[in-house]
Amino acid sequence: MSDDVLYKLTNVTKSFVKGKEKITVFDNLNMEIERGDFLAIMGPSGSGKTTLLNMLGGVDQPTSGEVTFDGGRVDTLSEGQLAGWRANNIGFIFQFYNLMPMLNAARNVELPLLLTKLKSKERKRNVAAALELVSLADRAGHKPGEMSGGQQQRVAIARALVSDPKLLLCDEPTGDLDRETADEILGILQLLNTKFNKTIVMVTHDPRAAEFAKRTLHLDKGEFVEKELVT
Amino acid sequence: MSDLYLVFKNLTRAKLRLFLTLFATFIAFMVYALLTAFQSFLNSGVDLAADDRLVVLNKINFTQPLPIAYVNRVRALENVIDVVHLNWFGGYYQDPQKMVVTMAVDPESFLRVFNEYVMPETEKAAWVKNRQGLIVGKKAAELYGWQVGDRIPLNSNIFSQTDGRTDWDFDIVSIYTGEDEQTDTTSLYFHYDYFNETQSFGRGMIGWMGVRTDDPGNNEKVISSIDSLFQNTQYETESMPEAVFNKAFIEQIGNIGLIISSVVLAAFFIILVIVGNSMVLAIRERTREIGVMKTLGFRSPRIFRMVLAESLLIALIGGLLGLAAARGIIYMLSQSSTPIPTLIIDQSIVLKAVGIMIVMGLVTGIIPAINALRLNIITSFSRT
Ligand SMILES: Nc1ncnc2c1ncn2[C@@H]1O[C@H](COP(=O)(O)OP(=O)(O)OP(=O)(O)O)[C@@H](O)[C@H]1O
Ligand SMILES: [Mg+2]
Repeated sequence: MSDDVLYKLTNVTKSFVKGKEKITVFDNLNMEIERGDFLAIMGPSGSGKTTLLNMLGGVDQPTSGEVTFDGGRVDTLSEGQLAGWRANNIGFIFQFYNLMPMLNAARNVELPLLLTKLKSKERKRNVAAALELVSLADRAGHKPGEMSGGQQQRVAIARALVSDPKLLLCDEPTGDLDRETADEILGILQLLNTKFNKTIVMVTHDPRAAEFAKRTLHLDKGEFVEKELVT
Repeated sequence: MSDLYLVFKNLTRAKLRLFLTLFATFIAFMVYALLTAFQSFLNSGVDLAADDRLVVLNKINFTQPLPIAYVNRVRALENVIDVVHLNWFGGYYQDPQKMVVTMAVDPESFLRVFNEYVMPETEKAAWVKNRQGLIVGKKAAELYGWQVGDRIPLNSNIFSQTDGRTDWDFDIVSIYTGEDEQTDTTSLYFHYDYFNETQSFGRGMIGWMGVRTDDPGNNEKVISSIDSLFQNTQYETESMPEAVFNKAFIEQIGNIGLIISSVVLAAFFIILVIVGNSMVLAIRERTREIGVMKTLGFRSPRIFRMVLAESLLIALIGGLLGLAAARGIIYMLSQSSTPIPTLIIDQSIVLKAVGIMIVMGLVTGIIPAINALRLNIITSFSRT
């Protein structure tokens, strides 16, 4: 495995058992993600985008196959180990922001740092830097309910960034935003990729969003296909 | 920011719910503290009773009198150290509605038999000497603003003097305190001789006797010798250890212990349901947030502990406020102008209450905490 490869999935199978029914989402999926990549994943509803992202994020395990991240096996980790692994390596950005409504922006961003050994003072400094990066320093004391969707998503990006993870995973980060705001968010992601060399995987339905990425993979029925089927 | 801050923020996010759950807990623990303090007061008569003291009553019931001649006959019995006789005076001071426990006794033997009342030797001597002397418990003195040296009239709602008056004049010679915090200091004692010579009926009769034995081990022997001594006379006696008498006296009011336990149990059951249910709902509403925390890397046991901490905080805050309120109520009662007995919320009541709070906190939090512990990240997102 080349040093440039951050993530490698080998012969990954994923199926869900619902009662008597067995749904196989992925059958022998292979995939590599290089360091510094900004990858957009597109595909029709039900093609497995979220399932893939869940496996990449370590919130779900493959049924079989091998998953290697930064040279270490992920698929063999226990649930508790996975939690620690996520805290150290992955930043998550969700479609619906998923901020804690009772915490202000700064405290929301600080949340992942409770999983580190950082002292309160260092945590505060990192939080301020992360909020600065998404141009929300002046909103530190505001609660999610007092902010627009775009602002909330910027807080969410700051939260995903603050512990300096190796990989950012975004599931339709602009799905709930208008065009202009979406472009703003995508601009920030692009900046993180180009200027700070963050590896990003983003699931999206929006072809214009995919344009911000370095490359786009099309998923259909659990397989990567050459080109998006024109619908 | 710490986990405790998160717990606190979660706790306070729904103000109305917080208020209601705290209020339910508050009331339950206030009731608990007041009732157990009352129960401990009732039991104090039993707990503080002297082992070597007997009570000798008329066998018919304790309101029937005994002849004063009995005193010396009992005093002459083997294993009897001392005997005091007491008469219920039915006293009140100015207001007939407010009874003051007042008894006519023989001061010298009274002081020997009831040595739990604390007063200076000089005042004891002054009381013995002064035929109109009255000793007053500290609480009664505080209630009526009496001082040593005051001369006060006391009325009886039972007896009258030969001239028809129902009031007697007394000199307050001492204000006694109790050996124990729960020792009764609401009562008044004065000379039987003064009472007997001035009152107009039933002279030469006493209410009951207090007997001190040389050893608690001889109590049974003394009891049977007293009761057999007066068997088949006009005034038969029934003797018993003081603790037994006090207990029987309490039980006359009913099985208070059972009533109190049932009320307390019902109160706790209700808050268990209210707080437990509201915790389950609160955590269910936060399903997605808990999923997010887990996604970020918070381990399940840590979230489990945070949920339990939240229900523990409710129980402890509500409960401690309830205890404080109970103390406040008792203090206010003690300041009011009614002769209320000394209710004490002592360390053992507080410790027990805190123990119950911790159990309540854990019980009301355990189901939602387990739900949070088990919550699967993926389903937590699809559920909303
Ligand atoms: N927890 C689950 N249990 C059972 N089946 C599941 C589960 N999660 C996903 N699936 C199934 O797996 C397939 C892929 O789902 P997935 O959510 O990954 O699709 P998606 O590409 O993200 O779709 P969308 O664009 O609508 O978000 C679907 O058929 C779905 O029904
Ligand atoms: Mg999806």
